[in-house]
Amino acid sequence: MIDYAIPQTPPPARSPLIWPLAGLGLLLVINVIINPAFLKISILDGHLYGLPIDILNQGSRGMLLALGMTLVIATGGVDLAVGSLMAVAGAVTSTLLVQHGASLPVAILAGVSVTALGGLLSGLMVSWLGLQPIVATLILMIAGRGVAQKITGGEVIVVQNPSFEFLGNGFVLGLPFSILLVGVFYLLAQLFLRRTAAGLFIEAVGDNEKAARFAGLSAAKVKALVYVFSGICAGVAGLLATSNIRAADPYRAGEMMELDAIFAVVVGGTALTGGRFLIAGAFVGALLLQTLTTTMYVVGVPPDVATVPKALLIIVVCVAQSDVTRGWLRGLFKRRAL
Amino acid sequence: MNPFVRRNLPLISTAAIFILLFASASLKYDGFFSGSVLVNIFSDNAVLGITAVGMTLVIFAGGIDLSVGAVVAYTSIFSAILIQRGEHPGAVAFYVLSLGALFGAFMGTLIHVFKQPAFLITLAGMFLARGMGFWVSNESTSITHPLYDSLSRFELSIGENVHVPLTALLLLATIVVGYVVAHFTRFGRNLLAIGGSEQSALLMGLPVGATKIAAYTLNSTLAAFAGLVATLYTGSGNPSLGVGLELDSIAIVVIGGTLLAGGRGHMIGTLFGILVFGTIQSAILFDGRLDSAWVRIVVAALLLTFILLQRAIVRSTAKR
Repeated sequence: MIDYAIPQTPPPARSPLIWPLAGLGLLLVINVIINPAFLKISILDGHLYGLPIDILNQGSRGMLLALGMTLVIATGGVDLAVGSLMAVAGAVTSTLLVQHGASLPVAILAGVSVTALGGLLSGLMVSWLGLQPIVATLILMIAGRGVAQKITGGEVIVVQNPSFEFLGNGFVLGLPFSILLVGVFYLLAQLFLRRTAAGLFIEAVGDNEKAARFAGLSAAKVKALVYVFSGICAGVAGLLATSNIRAADPYRAGEMMELDAIFAVVVGGTALTGGRFLIAGAFVGALLLQTLTTTMYVVGVPPDVATVPKALLIIVVCVAQSDVTRGWLRGLFKRRAL
Repeated sequence: MNPFVRRNLPLISTAAIFILLFASASLKYDGFFSGSVLVNIFSDNAVLGITAVGMTLVIFAGGIDLSVGAVVAYTSIFSAILIQRGEHPGAVAFYVLSLGALFGAFMGTLIHVFKQPAFLITLAGMFLARGMGFWVSNESTSITHPLYDSLSRFELSIGENVHVPLTALLLLATIVVGYVVAHFTRFGRNLLAIGGSEQSALLMGLPVGATKIAAYTLNSTLAAFAGLVATLYTGSGNPSLGVGLELDSIAIVVIGGTLLAGGRGHMIGTLFGILVFGTIQSAILFDGRLDSAWVRIVVAALLLTFILLQRAIVRSTAKR
């Protein structure tokens, strides 16, 4: 359908970060009311300990996935394969370490390369074959778990390697190594996206692919590359997860993580329709989810049941953010003003 | 090409692939070519097949539902607990089916009224139903009730060696009802029209909102029904049942030649999709050397093949 109306650009929000930050703040306040020691941080052996540090450490994987997912969603796509790719990376690296005696750098590089390749496959299916992103990544999501199971022979592989364990459990300068790694990823991504035209290209493709192509932009290349980046993020997140529990579980590693990542992005103020993106928002969204999960642990809700409040939160946020609800609210306030 | 063949090419190719697969498995493995293997395909995949029938309707309308596996699990554990507490199975069936319908209507309303992406809302629905299942009980609960005993022992004998259990019969009945609903009712035509172009359907004056919400309602009800069938099949309820079932279900629908973007498809294709899926599974079981991880990989490969095939067909028809 051709829309003859002149598109109205929505007025710029005061700060898109304000809503996710407010949500995170509210959750922390609730937690402190329930458990006054929630925010307490102590120093043990020169490391920081406490629930907030734990949230940062456990949340680092979600933040990494959200980083890749933000860029994919900004191009108007979605990557459902990240959970399975996490399992694949864990399976590849731990099998190489444990069964083939590979050195740690080789094993890590191999694990992340395989998931980058997986991302490339999704990217090619989306950009070259023109498949819907949901379908293309769904194929990889199904196949990925099968591949991870094939690699480990259907077993959970226990990894006992002090250097590898450092990834998901180690501390540097008192902070968890994983969160510092996420910080490095964030800085590099920001530099690359905002100091070069890359970020603009991604937003242009997500906003209006045809216009971007007419402007001389290779939309297909941009699309393919964001999936590769998402694959790399998923690979590193998978290694962090494997290192954290010192085992590669092809069945449960990264299970349901794709939704967490998508949700973090949506809460963070990046629209699922593509276009403008905000990585910092997605990070706050990921921390919000992890805080909720940790809250559930502290309150004593079994982890399997903890998905219920998560799902309710997702539904509430989606409904609250929808244009329909905003329209209603706007109408309500206008009537009051008169 | 003959226009009939051209229009039904995805359907015909699925049927051809099924025959090819079944024939080659029969040649390779002794005893594969038998009525009981065919019956087992239906009874072993009854739960999956019933959800695939509902999924077909949702996909007709251009939607998707990722919550069906979790709804199956929730229904199975909830009904098992209720029956063990002394409720009559008939009443329990009524409760859980109504609950499934409500759940689907809720998701459909969120998707249509608030214009949310279907995959996001139903993914949240998957979390919700899965968590609720674990809330009811975190472990498998077996069902002991005289009615369940007699129902699970019920078999329809065709010939000497072929006995069709109730689960397979329920699947076949669901497919027949789904076929009639999809291709011989106004509702089914509306679904395909919406999937083809929601704008055009709206301009034609079709009840787009009601039809879409009804599709999700019907699908979740069928998923709840599949959960009941699962309790019959396993004799128990389990909150961790059906992880990944929704993906297999979508895969079956797409392998059956239904366009994932909506607007084009056939319920008979879904029947063949179930047969293809079941044949792969049985062949891997017969082989013994291959494990279940291969099912996932082969299904993903088939899925890709079919989507590419459909694209080629859609492109070639669009050119005319």
